[in-house]
Formats: sequence, C-alpha cells, structure tokens
Amino acid sequence: MDRRTFLKAGAGVAAIGAAGGVSAPALSQGAAARTLRFVPQANLANFDPIWTTQYVVRNASVMVWDTLYGFDEHLQPQRQMVEGEEVSQDGKTWTFKLRAGLKFHDGEPVRSKDVVASLTRWMPRDPMGQLLRALNEELVAVDDRTFRWQLKAPFTKMKMALGKNATPMAFIMPERIAKTDPFTPINEFIGSGPFRFVREEWVPGAKAVFAKFDGYVPRDEPSSWLAGGKRALVDRVEWVVMPDPATASAALQNGEIDWWENPITDLVPVLRRNRNIMVDIADPLGNIGSFRMNHLHPPFNNVKVRQAVMTALSQEDYMRAIVGDDDNLRKTLGGFFTPGTPLYTEEGGEMMKAANLERGKQLLRESGYNNEPVICIVAQDQPITKAQGDVTADLLKRLGMNVDFVATDWGTVGQRRAMKNPPNQGGWSMFHTWHAGADAINPVIYNAVRANGDGAWFGWPNIPGVEAEVPNWLAATNLEQERAAIGRLNRAAVENVVYCPTGFFLGYQAWRRNISGIVKGPIPFAWGVSKS
Amino acid sequence: MFAYVIRRILATIPVMAIVALFVFSLLYIAPGDPAAVIAGDQATPDDVERIRASLGLDRPYLVRFGAWVFDIIRGDLGVSIFTNLPVSLMIKQRIEPTLSLMLVTLILAISIAVPMGVVAAWKVGTWIDRAVMGFAVLGFSVPVFVVGYLLAYVFALQLDWLPVQGYTSISQGFGPWIENLILPAIALGSVYIALIARITRATMLEVLQQDYIRTARAKGAGQRSILFLHALKNAAVPIVTVIGIGIALLIGGAVVTESVFAIPGLGRLTVDAILRRDYPVIQGVILLFSFVYVLVNLGIDLLYTLFDPRIRY
Repeated sequence: MDRRTFLKAGAGVAAIGAAGGVSAPALSQGAAARTLRFVPQANLANFDPIWTTQYVVRNASVMVWDTLYGFDEHLQPQRQMVEGEEVSQDGKTWTFKLRAGLKFHDGEPVRSKDVVASLTRWMPRDPMGQLLRALNEELVAVDDRTFRWQLKAPFTKMKMALGKNATPMAFIMPERIAKTDPFTPINEFIGSGPFRFVREEWVPGAKAVFAKFDGYVPRDEPSSWLAGGKRALVDRVEWVVMPDPATASAALQNGEIDWWENPITDLVPVLRRNRNIMVDIADPLGNIGSFRMNHLHPPFNNVKVRQAVMTALSQEDYMRAIVGDDDNLRKTLGGFFTPGTPLYTEEGGEMMKAANLERGKQLLRESGYNNEPVICIVAQDQPITKAQGDVTADLLKRLGMNVDFVATDWGTVGQRRAMKNPPNQGGWSMFHTWHAGADAINPVIYNAVRANGDGAWFGWPNIPGVEAEVPNWLAATNLEQERAAIGRLNRAAVENVVYCPTGFFLGYQAWRRNISGIVKGPIPFAWGVSKS
Repeated sequence: MFAYVIRRILATIPVMAIVALFVFSLLYIAPGDPAAVIAGDQATPDDVERIRASLGLDRPYLVRFGAWVFDIIRGDLGVSIFTNLPVSLMIKQRIEPTLSLMLVTLILAISIAVPMGVVAAWKVGTWIDRAVMGFAVLGFSVPVFVVGYLLAYVFALQLDWLPVQGYTSISQGFGPWIENLILPAIALGSVYIALIARITRATMLEVLQQDYIRTARAKGAGQRSILFLHALKNAAVPIVTVIGIGIALLIGGAVVTESVFAIPGLGRLTVDAILRRDYPVIQGVILLFSFVYVLVNLGIDLLYTLFDPRIRY
C-alpha cells in the first residue's frame, strides 16, 4: 500500500465517523477505462454553434450535432447525413436524400423539415451560407428524407459549404430548436451526433460531459476527420476546463486527465520526458499569425506605409516569439492561405518574405509618413497576441514610427477594434490576432483576406483587385481555375497589404499512452478514440 | 442584543445598494464587449452589433440599471450573457467548492497560527520565536500560486500522495473531498497563517506584560493555564478581528488558488466572467461576496461579547 492509498483509507475511515456515511467507492477500472478525460483549449461557456463562432464551441458541437457533409483529411467534402444528392442539368436545383435511421438524441427521427430549419438558421451567420441565401429561390422538404434546394444560379461549392469545418458549421438540429433566431442562443442541446450532451452535469467554466449515443448509426466507411464512420469507443467524454497550463501538465503526468488539446510549448519538453505521455502535432492546418492595420485612418490608410511595415517585418522573429526555437512548429509564408492546402500560393508574395528593415525604412520615407502615432492595441491575456505585439512594437520603433502601445485584454480589443473613429478618438491603428489554418483555405470562409471596404473584417480594406477574384474562384469548375484566381488574389492582397501575416505556426497535443485513435486534425475528434 | 442584530442586518440593505450602484457603474464604464467575445474572432462587425442588440447591451445606462435593480428586488440575479443560465444557478453550482476551501483553510490556519503565535510570544527572543517570525515573513512574501505549484509538484507529482487538481463534492464522501482540499488549503492558508501568527504573537506579548498575568504567576498558575486561559482569552479580540478581516484576503486568494488547482469555485467563476465581460455574473458574485463580508463582520462583532464581557450591544 502506498502512502496515498493509506491516506485515502485513513480519510475514508475518519469519514465514517465524521460524516456519518461511507465514502464513495472509486470508479471501477472498467468504468474509468470507458471515460475519456479531456482538457479543451478553452472553457465551454456556451453551447450554441450558430450563435457563437468560437472554436471551442464548434469542437464540442461536432460530437453532438451531425452535418450533411463532412470534410475528410484531404479537405474534400464527403457525404455524412446525406445518402445521396442529385443536381439538375442547369446546376440550379439540388435534391438531397437523408440516410435512413438517423435519430436525434430525444429519440425523434431526423426529418427533412429539421434540415430546412437548421440551414435557414445557419445561412445568415456564415459567409458561404450568406452566398447561398443570396442565391436561394426555395429550400423545401419534399418528404421526411428528401429536401430540395432551388437556386437562382448554379453554386458549385454546395458540398463544401455544407461540410466545411470552419465556424459556423451547418449543424442539423431539430426543427423546434432551429427555429430560434440566429442571434439568440438556443436552450436545448439535442443533436443527432455520436455523443449526447449531458446538460445536468454541465458546469460552465469547469466541466462538460458527453455520453455515447447508442442510437447513432455510423457510416460504413472508415473515419476521416468529419467524414466516414464516427464510432464512439468510450461511454463518456468529460471535458475538464483547466485555465492553468502548469496544472494541466501536472494532471496529465499524474494520470488525472487523458488528453490535453493544447499544451504550451514551454511545457512540451517536460511532457516528452514522461514515458507515459505522447506528444504530437495537433492540427496540421495550424494557424496564421497576423496583425491588421486600420485602412481608414493615417498612417495605414497609405499603402506605402503598409508596404514599409510588411517589407520590414521578419516572420522568423514573430514565430520564435510564439513557439520558440522548435523548427517543427513554424514556417514563413509567401501567401495568405494555409500552406499545404490546395489553394496555397506564393504568387506575388516576395514582399512578405523580404524581412528587409532598410528597404522598409526607405519605403516609409517615400510614403511621406509624418510621425502620426500608431495606436497598437495588444491583448496581454492571450499569449499569442502578446508575443506578436511585443515584436511589432520593437519593429515599428526600429522603422522609425511613433508607437503608442496600448496593453489591454482581449475583451477590450474585441470592442475597440470595431470602432471606426480616428485612432486618437478612441479608435485604433493596429491589433494582433491569428487565424486557424482550417479557416484560411478558401476566400469565402477566410474573411480576414477579404477587402470589400465596409463589409470587410476589422481594418476595412477596400481593394477591388482582391474582391474581383472571389467570384472567379466561386465560378471555377476545376482546381486549376481555382488556383489561377487565388494566385491573382494573393498578388493583389500582398501588393495592397490587406493585412500582415506574421507566419505559420503549429501547436502540440498530448495524451497518455493508454489512449489510442487520436488523429491530427483541426478539431479534437473524440470518435475513434479508445482507452485501455 | 437581538435589536442590535436586527439593526445590523437592516443596515446591510443600504450597504448592498451602494455596492450594487458602484459595481454596475464601474462595469458600465469599463471597456470591453461581451458581444465581440460571443461572436468570435471571425465574426463581422454587423454580427457583433446584432448580438449586442439581442443582449440588450445597446440600451441606455439608466434603463439597464433599472431593469437589473428591479430583478434584484424580486430575487432574480439575472441570466448569464454567455451561458444563458440563471446567475443564481451558476453561483449554486460553484458555491460549495469555495465554501469548502475557505472552511478548511480557516480551520487549518487558526489551528496552526494561533498556537504558533502563542508559543512565539512565550519563547520571545529564542530560536523558536525567530523561526515562527521567519515563517511569517515567508508566508507573506511567497505568492499563493508559487506555494501552490511547489506543493503540487512535491506532494502530487513526486510523492503521489494527493491529487494535483479538481474538486469532489462532500456528498461523494469525506475522503475524496478532503483529499482534494489539503494542498489548496495549505497554499491559500500560508498568508493567512502568517498574518494570524504575527498578530497573535504581538497581542500576546502585550498581554503577558499585564499585572494580572504577574498575579496569576504569583498565585502559582501553570504556564499552559497562563498562556491559554488568562492571556489568550484577553488577547482574543484583536485576533478575532484579524481573522474577520482576513476573510477578504481569503476571497481574493481563492481566485488564484482555484485557478492553480482547477477547483470549480466562485473565484474562477468571477475571473472568467470578468475576462468575458459577463456583467450579470460579475454583479451577482460581487453582491454575494459583499453580503458575506458584511455578515462575517457582524459575526465577528458578536464574537467580541464572548471574549470580552465588558462589550455589550
């Protein structure tokens, strides 16, 4: 008997007298082996994947809600809830048939009317959904398993829109829930996915529990990301929220948790030294670090100033600040899209890799920059933004710019970046963030690269050369045409500096060796994962 | 006495009203936007604006304050902006771990610190006194999170005696409950022990100089009787006062301790709510903490009468 067992026994005996009862029995070995304890990247504070687009909500939602199509590991949309589809000759009418035997967690069958209501709620919140809404003629349930979508014009990216993993995903909910306004959160969490949400055990900020749904019928194909058979191999998945990385690291080493989604790089060497722990890349699509400049106000309304900054910045500096010296975790970018994905191109991207401070100074002189202050708002509570902010402040000073470094938190950045006032009247000049690589694979879901003025993301770039290529990509019928459009888009985005990518970086995940079936992907997929 | 208690309880109403006004106003003028956090990083400005409107955050200050006060009067703390759950339910989910942590810390701190202070006063100037005072300096100087990490490293990771993190409800047994609280209570209690030990020592030193102590010695009273019956009882009022004031210290320390040991208590709820600007939760928790603090002070005032019969209300 080790000391801890001894203490437990002693405390248990004491409890009989003190509490008048017997201490609860420990979980049996079998029960423990059927519970997967997972530490997510953040707190699951809300559970409506349409109302909020936070990744942590999306990651939990894929367990509970299913989708009509799902991306596989090659980023190709494959049928998931859909058994088959037919497209009319003119490409304007899509008729879908649902798989037989689909059931919601309340026992009700999944019907076409549920799909229609779910897609109707999803469309206004999603960039691809908004395109579909603009083309929508009629979306109707033909019968319980068939629904038809009549469009005003052909839309070749239909399966991609319905199966993508970028938030918000087109999750299917029961009609009564899906009828909720998309800007109001839902109160019932009933899906048809391989796990059901155990609402009574949900303690926001601490714990969320998902139980295996016995009524789920997985597809026959092998699992591949969101495609194929989603087989739940554990009875329960417990999400344990741990805000402190050191605590999560210790808990993983001690066997109190099984899988940690995002260990910080500083702790990875410690985890690697533990023979009971595996460490590997989490998401091969990684992230793109970035800072955005305000195109509405001086000094960054001047393209030469933006070019000066992009020319001078060294992505190496940024990536070292974020992930340290681990070469496996970073890459410099010559383009805006996710490296390794079909649309990645470095066409016209020489400036991004220049890292030439002297040339940057020269461009700044040519720009007529008049020492206007640069209000650089930096969220200190996000390690990635803090690291980038420190590098940027140093870079701008070396360039000879007048930097006003505003150290704040993410909540404040979220509010302030939406303000279009001049920087000295409560506005801003630049802020830092990052984009999930999974969201940067095409120009419609990647809103950071869009440059449609008032409709664009914060910073409001207005660059017709970028926007002109979006419809070209949408109309493309093969990869070659798509790549040609994206090449031109990339060139225009670099020349006009839509924003400044600071490099591509990956993150690790870690798990106990008694866990198997963990795959690399943009989402921590719980299906296919077992515990011995 | 009864009338005094009633008067004091009634006096909490204006105190709570001032706290409510103060907290609401501060949060209103503080920067930050929960709608932006909800919408996520990829949301468009239009999405953020629509969420803000749906949450009623675009309404004027007086309208929002009035609605909140009206709800409070009806006993409704509101609904969390993020979780869409009632604030009262969220507090209910989180109150047991925090109360447990504070209770165990309090018991641990008092049972260690008071004897330490008494012994230090008794052995003033000796190595025992210096050791106690050295410990007190250490307790004040080392931050709670450092103590927490050290304890977790030694007793959980290296020795495997206790768990690293988490909380088990007492309804699942005393053993698992106390097992999860030992390390956090020591970490949280270190400053508190130092504070109480120092005050106990200083007060005891003063009391031990009093004439009645000399009389007790002259009468042949034993050392233990002098220290714990005659001296400690007379030194109790300032010690109890410090213990009461220290409750605020514990509430502050619980925020850090709960994060380090992943205890799902009110401290973490508060921090999460502040970072996300979940106004109803922040307001609800601060009101609760204020109420608890007022009640603790009332309890301390009443305790004075036990230790000093000259005090009457």
